Amino acid sequence: MKVTNTALATLMVLGTVTGAAADIKLGASLSASGPAAFLGDPEAKTLYMLVDDLNAKGGINGEKIELVIYDDGGDPNKARTFATRLVEDDEVVAIIGGSTTGTTMSILSVAEDEGIPFISLAGAIQIIDPVREYVFKTPHTDRMACEKIFTDMQKNGITKIGMISGTGGFGASMEAQCVDVAGNYGVEILVQETYSRQDADMTPQLTKIKSTEGVEAVLNPGFGQGPAIVTRNYAQLGIDLPLYQSHGVASDGFIELAGKEAAEGVRLPGTALLIADIMEEGDPQKEVVIAYKTAYEEEYGEAVSTFGGYAHDAFRLMTDAMARAGSSDPSAIRDALEATSGMVGTTGTYTFSPDDHLGLDLSAFRMLEIRDGKWTSID
Amino acid sequence: MDALMQFVFSGLTVGAVYALVALGFTIIYNASDVVNFAQGEFVMLGGMITVFAFDAGLPLPLAALLAIVATAAIGVALNKFAIEPARGAPVVSLIIITIGASILIRGATQVLFDKQLHRLPAFSGDDPIHLLGATLLPQSLWVIGGAIAIFIALWLFFTRTLLGKAVLATANNRLAAQLVGINTGFVMTLSFALSAAIGALAGVLVTPITLVSYDVGVGLALKGFAAAMLGGMGNPKGALVGGLLLGLFEALTAGYISSQYKEAVAFVVILAVLFVMPQGLFGQKTTERV
Repeated sequence: MKVTNTALATLMVLGTVTGAAADIKLGASLSASGPAAFLGDPEAKTLYMLVDDLNAKGGINGEKIELVIYDDGGDPNKARTFATRLVEDDEVVAIIGGSTTGTTMSILSVAEDEGIPFISLAGAIQIIDPVREYVFKTPHTDRMACEKIFTDMQKNGITKIGMISGTGGFGASMEAQCVDVAGNYGVEILVQETYSRQDADMTPQLTKIKSTEGVEAVLNPGFGQGPAIVTRNYAQLGIDLPLYQSHGVASDGFIELAGKEAAEGVRLPGTALLIADIMEEGDPQKEVVIAYKTAYEEEYGEAVSTFGGYAHDAFRLMTDAMARAGSSDPSAIRDALEATSGMVGTTGTYTFSPDDHLGLDLSAFRMLEIRDGKWTSID
Repeated sequence: MDALMQFVFSGLTVGAVYALVALGFTIIYNASDVVNFAQGEFVMLGGMITVFAFDAGLPLPLAALLAIVATAAIGVALNKFAIEPARGAPVVSLIIITIGASILIRGATQVLFDKQLHRLPAFSGDDPIHLLGATLLPQSLWVIGGAIAIFIALWLFFTRTLLGKAVLATANNRLAAQLVGINTGFVMTLSFALSAAIGALAGVLVTPITLVSYDVGVGLALKGFAAAMLGGMGNPKGALVGGLLLGLFEALTAGYISSQYKEAVAFVVILAVLFVMPQGLFGQKTTERV
């Protein structure tokens, strides 16, 4: 494990390539280190694994994939430099990446200008709205996460809530989207609190929410340690209201960090990847999800995350389009990508069209609840 | 009233974390006038090494001891290979060296360990203690107790032991200290070892509350530094009081004004204090004689 990590890190530092006699060049700029490493690290590992696997099986129409990955450390300026280098020096025919919305925005302008198909792994709706000719993305938008959560609240007769959000990019962006769509679901936000990235205790904010008259549930958009600490403080204060977390913490690590007891009853919108073991037979995603989960966990000895799943889906979409395009001409690949229909991934089933470059709907999200330290589906 | 108590408990918990980090700054500062910006990394290492040793099957006290010894060794190495060769360089250069060291330690940690968040089990369970209508986790008492214990130990060290006075003498005038027979090289090594050990102990104590990953050091060092400046750099009493005050400001602002402004209010208060008392609350006025 340690050895693989070190080897990976070395590879990334050098920005080197895998496979010598490769034909199709695929580029990626990911945040494998830095503050967004929890996104970029599993994404990079996933791409390395999938490329090796595909090449071992003979590649696309007999041509092997050559992967060029750069580590932008979450810095939009570096991402722009790397995107330019990918196009001009490495001459890639397609780009995957942009672990964060910031780095994606840098890469997408290069991809648009140079006419290179690009699949982003970041959340913001601005990436595909308005639709850009060469830009696609695999994760749900945070707006969809809000809609999914509010749908569940509506179902449970909850109309008045309190919010506590992280001040980081993810938390702030999702907070704004949730405030924007809450009205459509008859949900009123009575109190809004925030915490910053390395706060160790959120009991003051939660005490304020607790003492606000009429609050029926609490929503916490954010990722990293914040939501885990909020969840523990929530249990410490004995707040007896449903707690909703975001898809940002949809991983087994969250239950471990928050503690089994404190996490009991927490609800969040997640992807099929989290509940691979308990999915019903005949679920269209089951096969894909289990295949990816097993392969990743065997290869790296760590649990899969939703974020690695985004990279998995992007890679599958891109290579599928390359196979159908039948050539390595970027605009042919783009056209094939846009014609993708019913492609089953770990995040959902993708169907792109000229005016939809995300291709997912709300059904791709699954409402999950933590019971006895395990995820259960409550859809 | 219940709410006020909850804010106070929260402030004391967070403040004790800041105080623990701030206390780590004092020894190296007292020995060399250097503000060691790798102090946050010592805290992070204490947490990370304990987590990995604990997961590997060591009992928690042994894992913590291992982490403290290992971190102290890293502190000594930092002095030996980075600070000592630059002896004679101005203090600012030495401070910049510590910033470089912190970046190196952070990078090495994410390669050697990993980039995930980790947590240690609380020492005395997770059942909240109900007191005056508010709740407090037992781990908070460990952190507050740890901060007070380290403060007393440091205070005794600097005022009651010859070695502690030798450290102060070295900072005051290295040449004069050497002339009266103080081994200044040893004093520097010792101060780095002790600072690193205090940092690592802080890391062990706070990890069940704050969680740990390779990059938590920067934020902790910044808050600890602010606390030390508020209380008076180099004074253990200042570090303790400064840390607790900073935590209380933040918690009360979050509770009564707005959580959006809690950091801003805390820093405005620090600025105001430093305008009136540039040496901090307990700092000593120094006059350079020419």
